[in-house]
Amino acid sequence: MASTIRVRAIANGDVTEVQALIQHPMDSGFVKDAQGQVIPAHFIQQLTFEHNGKRVFAADWGPAVAKDPYVKFGFKGASKGDELKVSWIDNKGASDSITAKIQ
Amino acid sequence: MGFSIERFSATRRLVLQGALTAAGAVALFGLGGLAALPARAATDDKYPEEAFRQKADKDAIQALYGRTAETSDKVKLDAPEIAENGAVVPISVTTTLDNVTSISFLVSGNPNALAASYVIPEGTLPAVSNRLKMQQTSNVIAIVEAGGKLFSATKEVKVTVGGCGG
Repeated sequence: MASTIRVRAIANGDVTEVQALIQHPMDSGFVKDAQGQVIPAHFIQQLTFEHNGKRVFAADWGPAVAKDPYVKFGFKGASKGDELKVSWIDNKGASDSITAKIQ
Repeated sequence: MGFSIERFSATRRLVLQGALTAAGAVALFGLGGLAALPARAATDDKYPEEAFRQKADKDAIQALYGRTAETSDKVKLDAPEIAENGAVVPISVTTTLDNVTSISFLVSGNPNALAASYVIPEGTLPAVSNRLKMQQTSNVIAIVEAGGKLFSATKEVKVTVGGCGG
């Protein structure tokens, strides 16, 4: 199954720059569909990045994060070839995770 | 006779012990509650449900951090002057402050002001880019928690097509 997470982590000297793109509807619960029915809220609540078992970045998201969320950050202490684990969980309890190699 | 006195005092001791343990538990809880207040999400993995439910930006900041923020020119908020599409507004923040533990984004004009909150552990750069939804023209607020204090930067973003209406 194709992962919902696309992540690119590039080590550049001391700093590893991470960009992640996740496929998710991020429905806010305020929008109505064509029939006038409210589309129930469905959004990622927590997103975590781990390097060698240590949490290097974490997000708490509300429904105001745009559809197919994108996030970018940088951290120190990793080198090329290390693994970066990315995982998310949404308000309906669904989750996904992926482990990427730092390039 | 001696038997019943013995029994009585034993019961009394048990009751006293119970009371002491209860007091101890209360003291521990009290301390734990206090210690958990200022740190917010940096140490706490729990999703801040309450903060995300607040409508006004001030209430959301209060619910999330339990304090108010002061404006700082060391917080650089990068957002467009005009967002053509409120459904996807690229917003990022960087700061020159030290000891940053978290960064949060709020959109004043949204039904619930708090949009996203990020934990910045030691070793992670105090800079985040993300994309938020905006219902209407309003202020975007970035909050940086550094050294236990809150600093903020605000920018108005004009929205031509809202991102929350159908």
